[in-house]
Amino acid sequence: MRIQRKRWLARAFRKRREMISVVDRSKEVKRNDILIFSTLRNELIRLPYFLKYYRDMGVDHFFFVDNDSTDGSREFLAGQPDVSLWTAEAGYKRARFGVDWLNWLQFRHAPGHWALTVDVDEFLVYPFCDTRSLHALTDWLDASSIRSFGAMLLDMYPKGSINKQPYTAGQDPFEIASWFDSGNYMISKNRLYGNLWIQGGPRARRFFPDNPERAPALNKIPLVKWDRSYAYVSSTHSILPRGLNLIYDEWGGEKASGCLMHAKFLSTFAGKASEELLRKQHYANSHEYKAYQAQLEDDPDLWCKWSEKYINWRQLEILGLMSKGNWA
Amino acid sequence: MSVGIIMLVHTSFNRAAEVARHWSNNGCPVVIHVDKNVKNQDYNDFVESLAGYDQIQFSTRKRCEWGTWSIVEATLIAAEKLLKTNPEVRHVFLASGSCLPLRPVSELRHYLAARPRVDFIESATTQDVSWTVDGLDAERFTLRFPFSWKRQRFLFDRYVRLQRKVRFKRRIPAGLVPHMGSQWWCLTRQTLTALLEDPERATYDAYFRKVWIPDESYFQTLTRLYSTNIESRSLTLSKFDFQGKPHIFYDDHLQLLRRSDCFVARKIWPRADRLYEAFLDENPNEGSRAEPNPGKINQLFSKAVERRTKGRPGLFMQSRFPNRSWENGVTSGPYTVFQGFSDLFEDFEGWLARSTGTRVHGHLFAQERVEFEGRQENYLGALSDAALLRDYNPQAFLTNLIWNSRGERQSFQFSPRDNQKIVELLARDANAQILVITGAWAVPLFYSNANFSEIRVAAARQQKLEGDFVELLRKSYSKARFRIWSMADFVQLPMEPLQGIIDDIGPRGQRRLTEAPKMVDLEGFGQFLQNLKNQGMHPHLVGDFRSDEENDASRRKQRKPYLVK
Repeated sequence: MRIQRKRWLARAFRKRREMISVVDRSKEVKRNDILIFSTLRNELIRLPYFLKYYRDMGVDHFFFVDNDSTDGSREFLAGQPDVSLWTAEAGYKRARFGVDWLNWLQFRHAPGHWALTVDVDEFLVYPFCDTRSLHALTDWLDASSIRSFGAMLLDMYPKGSINKQPYTAGQDPFEIASWFDSGNYMISKNRLYGNLWIQGGPRARRFFPDNPERAPALNKIPLVKWDRSYAYVSSTHSILPRGLNLIYDEWGGEKASGCLMHAKFLSTFAGKASEELLRKQHYANSHEYKAYQAQLEDDPDLWCKWSEKYINWRQLEILGLMSKGNWA
Repeated sequence: MSVGIIMLVHTSFNRAAEVARHWSNNGCPVVIHVDKNVKNQDYNDFVESLAGYDQIQFSTRKRCEWGTWSIVEATLIAAEKLLKTNPEVRHVFLASGSCLPLRPVSELRHYLAARPRVDFIESATTQDVSWTVDGLDAERFTLRFPFSWKRQRFLFDRYVRLQRKVRFKRRIPAGLVPHMGSQWWCLTRQTLTALLEDPERATYDAYFRKVWIPDESYFQTLTRLYSTNIESRSLTLSKFDFQGKPHIFYDDHLQLLRRSDCFVARKIWPRADRLYEAFLDENPNEGSRAEPNPGKINQLFSKAVERRTKGRPGLFMQSRFPNRSWENGVTSGPYTVFQGFSDLFEDFEGWLARSTGTRVHGHLFAQERVEFEGRQENYLGALSDAALLRDYNPQAFLTNLIWNSRGERQSFQFSPRDNQKIVELLARDANAQILVITGAWAVPLFYSNANFSEIRVAAARQQKLEGDFVELLRKSYSKARFRIWSMADFVQLPMEPLQGIIDDIGPRGQRRLTEAPKMVDLEGFGQFLQNLKNQGMHPHLVGDFRSDEENDASRRKQRKPYLVK
C-alpha cells in the first residue's frame, strides 16, 4: 500500500509538467484557510453559482485545473480574486481523470490545510450547514482528531424531462433539480482500501437496472486535512493511506458525514454527454456515458412517484443519508 | 462583597479579551493566566489589548500541558494573586478563555451573595463517576504518571501497564479521600485561603504532582478538608462527549443557552459571533433569580453521544456500516414473512391487507421481478422492482425497505421458488416474524401444467430449500421469531392460527375475523402427493395429508364453526 501511494505521488509529480500556470495566487493563502481543488472543462455556466456557494460557506481559496476549456471558463476564473488556475491540454483520461493533476497541486499547496476536492457540479451539505460555516466543521474535526470527512454523492434531478427547464448562469441548480432517491443505496466494503463502495440512486435505477455492478460509485471523501504523504486513488472515492477511508463506524455508532448534492442532471446534461462520448476521456471506456446516451434519446424523466423533494440537511439526516454523529 | 475571576487562557485571545473586559466592566477583578507555550508576540498583543483596565491583572506564566500538574499550579498562583490584591473578594470563579457568561454578572453576584458560605465544586468519590477516559479512575490516585498522555502516549501506556503488573501503589496522604469533578469551580475566600495556607500543602502538592489529571481532583479532594458547605455541582455548564473532550457551542445554540439559566458556559466556538454579541450585551434585562437548569442541553448532548456510540438501529449508510452482529438491530422495525400462505389461499395478499390495514407485498424476492404492493414499479425510497438490481445486494434491498417504511409494518410473501440469498439475514434478524406452512409449495405444482417428471424435480428442489430454511430458523443463533405448521395440520384447523396472526400484526383491539381467506380447492391433492411418492419423491414437509375423502369430509365439518362473526 505504501508503495502504491508513493507511486501515485510520483505519477502526480511527473504529470505536473502537463499543467501550465495561468494565475497563481497561492501566496495569499493564510494559515487556517480552507482550500478547494477542482478540475473542469467547459463549465462556464456553472461557475458563478459554484463560487458563490462555497465562498458563502467559508472556503477561502480555489485551485482549479482547466482541461482545455473553449467556452471562456479559463478567462472567467482568471479574473476571480481568490482563484489560482492552471491549464492542461493533455488527456483527462491519461491523468487518471484529473486525479494526478490535483494530487500534485495538493502536494504543493494543501499540507496543513483542510482541502475540499469537488467537481463544479458537486455541492457539499454537512450537518448544521445552514447555521455554521465550514470552519466550524473543520475546527470540530480538528478538535476530535478526525482527518477526513465523508460525503456521499446524492444525484439530484428535476421532475419531468431533464431538458424542460433551462439552467441559467448564477442560478441555484437545485431550484430545478430538487428531487432525489432517498432509500435505494447499496453498500459493500472494499477490502483493499477499506472504503465503502456505495451504488444506487437514480442512475442505478434508470440506467443500470440490468447491469448494477456497472452503476457509478457514490462514496466520496472530499474533505481532508491534507498532509504531504496523502494521495487520492480514484477520484475522491478512496484515498491513501487507508486510515483516511475509515469515515464509517463499524460498531453500530454513526460518524458525522455529509452529502455532495450532484447537479449533473440539468439542461446542460445532454450536450455534455454527447461531447464526453466523442472525447472518450471517461472512466471504463465511458460506458457510463454510453448508457446515458442510449436513454437520453427518449428524453428521460428520472422522477418517480417515490422521489423525495429536497428541503434541507435535516431532512437528509432524518432519512439516514448523512449523520450528525456526535456533533451537536 | 464581590466575585473575582481567574481566567486560564491559551488561545483565541480576542474572545478572551472581550470576556475579560466584560467581567471587569461589571466590577469583577480578573487575574489571567496565559500559557507559556503562547508566543511572546501574541502574549504582548493580548496584554496590550487589555491596557487601561486596572482590575485586570496577569499572573506568572507557566507552561501548561493537558492532564498535568502545571494547570493546577497556574491556578494556584493566580488564586493567590487575586486574593492578595483584592481583599473584598469573597468568591473566586475559575474560568477559561473559551467560557462565556450567559447571565448578567449582577445576577451571579446576587446568587453568590445569597450563599456566602457555599463552595460550588463538583466533587464525587471515584466510585461514583462514570466519565473517565481510558478506564483510569481510582488508579489516577495510586499510580505515577510522569509521561505525557498526548506526546508520549506509548510510554504512558507502557508505564501504566508496568505498574499494574508489579502491583505498584502510591500511598495517598493521610486524611485525603480522593474526589473528582469538573475542573471549573467557584470557591469562597475562606476555603481557598485555608487550602493555600495549610502547613501540609507541600505534602499534598508533592502527591498531586504525579496524579493523573490533577485539575479534576486537586481542588475537588482538598476542599473536602476545609469547606463547611460544599454544593457538589459546577456553575459552569460544560459537557463532555464520549471521548472526554468538551462539546462546543455555536450560534444556533443561542436559545438553548438562554433558557438554560446557567451562569457560564464552555466551550464557545471562537467564531460564534452571535453568541458573544448576545451574551456580552452591556444592557441586559435583569431580575431573574432562577436556578440553573441545563436539562435541555444535557439531553441534546447525551443524544449526540448515543448517536455516535449506538446509532440508529437498522440503518446502513456511508458513516454507519456495522460489522456483523454489531448492528444493534439488523433492521429498523418488525415485519412479517409469510411462506406458503399465498399458495394455499386465493388472494391472500388482499385478504391480509384488508384484515390488518398494513402494507402487504407479494413475493419481494420472486425470480422475475420484485412484487411490491399493487405491483408498482417503484416503492418507498425509490426502490426499483428490477430483479437484477435487487439481487445485486438483496440484504441492502430488505434493510432499505424496512428502513424506508419506518412506522408502518410491512409483510411479504416468500417461497422456495424465490431468491434464497436473503434467508440468512431473515434468520438472524430479531425483527423478522416468519410464518411457514411447510409443503404448501406443492399446491402450485399440483395446479401446474408441466410434465410430471419436471414437477417431480421441482418438488424435490423446493422441498430441499424449504427444509434448509426451516433448519436455519431452528439453529440456536437464529433470532427471528417463527412459527411452522405442516400443510396437513394447517388445512385441518386454519382459522385459529390466522386469527392469532391477525391479532399479532394488526392494530390493537381488532375485532374477530369476519372474512376468511378462501382456500384453494384441494380435491385430488392427496392423489397428487401419492403420485409423487410413487415416483420416489417423498413430500414429507407437507405432513400427514389424509386421503381426499376423509380430509374433505372433516374439513367441511371443521371449517364452518370458525367463521362465526
